[in-house]
Amino acid sequence: MASVDVTFNKRKVVRNELIGLYGIVERNVYLTKRYFLWDLAFLLWTIANTLTIVFIADGVNLSAAERNEFATKLLVGGVIWAFLGIIFEIVTETVAWERWEGTIEYTFMAPVSRPVHLVGMGIYAVLYGLVRAAAVYVAVVAFIGISVSDANYTAAVALLAIASVSFIGVGMMTAVLPLISPEKGMQLGFVAQGLMLVVSGVYYPVSVLPEWMQWISKISPATYALRGCRNSILDGAGLAWADVWPLLVIGVFSIPIGLVVFRAGERYAKKTGKLKRSG
Amino acid sequence: MSSQAVVVRDLEKVFSRRKGLVGRRRRAALSGVSFAIERGECVAILGQNGSGKSTLVRLLSTLLLPDGGTAHVFGYDVFSEERKVQRLVNRVSVEASFFKKMSAAENLAYAARFYGMGPRETHAKIPDILERVGFPSSRRNEAMENLSRGMQQKVALARALLTSPVLLLLDEPTTGLDPRSKQEVQNFIREIRQRHDSTILLCTHDMKEAEELADRVGLLDRGELLFLEPVDDVKARYGVETLEEAFFVATGRTFEDEKTEDDEEREVFA
Repeated sequence: MASVDVTFNKRKVVRNELIGLYGIVERNVYLTKRYFLWDLAFLLWTIANTLTIVFIADGVNLSAAERNEFATKLLVGGVIWAFLGIIFEIVTETVAWERWEGTIEYTFMAPVSRPVHLVGMGIYAVLYGLVRAAAVYVAVVAFIGISVSDANYTAAVALLAIASVSFIGVGMMTAVLPLISPEKGMQLGFVAQGLMLVVSGVYYPVSVLPEWMQWISKISPATYALRGCRNSILDGAGLAWADVWPLLVIGVFSIPIGLVVFRAGERYAKKTGKLKRSG
Repeated sequence: MSSQAVVVRDLEKVFSRRKGLVGRRRRAALSGVSFAIERGECVAILGQNGSGKSTLVRLLSTLLLPDGGTAHVFGYDVFSEERKVQRLVNRVSVEASFFKKMSAAENLAYAARFYGMGPRETHAKIPDILERVGFPSSRRNEAMENLSRGMQQKVALARALLTSPVLLLLDEPTTGLDPRSKQEVQNFIREIRQRHDSTILLCTHDMKEAEELADRVGLLDRGELLFLEPVDDVKARYGVETLEEAFFVATGRTFEDEKTEDDEEREVFA
């Protein structure tokens, strides 16, 4: 057999993986530039959607201070959900988008590790999600006239960054769905996202949920992200360990589980011939 | 040490699809396929749609797992050492497969990053490789969706070459191209053979193309490799003048014969 040496030393392997990671982020930046108007329309839709929720506070008979607090709680819910939802969506679309473009086979036959591929998608999703969330927040605060003078933005952003790790992990698990089921996979991803929306207390306190749903809310990273960010924006609270440690624990478990699930799904797709552009 | 670049032994691939509520319909895309390709050789595999050509290419590209048999690329097991094999292989398929809104340069940069090429390296290399495949530099930053099929296929060739593969898998690279674009792509394949240390596996249903470009020609029919020999040996074996006639003698059908229901199904499955 003709020998061709492809054994790289560790340094070169790490270098190649980092360039691959950069490539994923770079490609997503290119796509955002090319789909700028589409992204802008989506942003306006999110702002309108958040406004419809925050205006609920104006329809309830409350004092000015209570109205401000209620509107801020709804706003934080809407913005955090927009942020976490976009991370979830971008990571989940790792497969679906490439299948739609027809590039899936070239990406999956390239010598870059799957963790790097998925983490690259996650890093871009966090950066893009932060910019979007900030735009939604500023637009709604300016439009509706909410006072957020006590807000501790540093703590809120730090908590979001910690929560993002868990969301990337959960996103990896759902990213495998379009790989296993090209027709129904994306929809199943939305089902998972919707379930998290229901149990995490995005627009209402978790305490109003039935007890069994409250148990589920304990394993949703969104529960802790929402609680911590509300405290930081409303009361100026710093990072609370009670919110941080569950997010760290969920993050530590969700990323490896996400990778294992994705790997198993990729193997299944290779076995059944589903790893192709037409599904 | 032999000089074999690809060694495939008894390769099997079966696809199945749901039939009704509980049943499954199974079709063999490849049945006991064995062959070897020497380093630097260009081998063409002929076959109708659904014959198993693309399945073979996807197996060697690490995109499929087999149901039996083995495949090695330069001594590396395709199915257990996939990362090593991925560094050696690239392909051009019948569909150009790009991010449609991104430009040729952006698509090439994306592909190059996966092979460890940073921005500094691709800054000079991408314009150079596009020029070599005859892609006009003025259209380098134009969205792929605005390019003709022939232009897109040139970018696909550039993408494959950018990563300097030692095994190039060409899966019907000229199908659907106008005669001029087809000629340009074929000329470039000849150039690759002359200038690079590349081994080429060309899957095609164009017999003339296979005869002109390849050192040896194989016929894959309904998942079985009927022969893989130099064209003259094929003609001598069947006592015929052309590859079309050889196909007829070997299979009992003409290349253009209508497909049976079974063939249609195999085409969908594979």
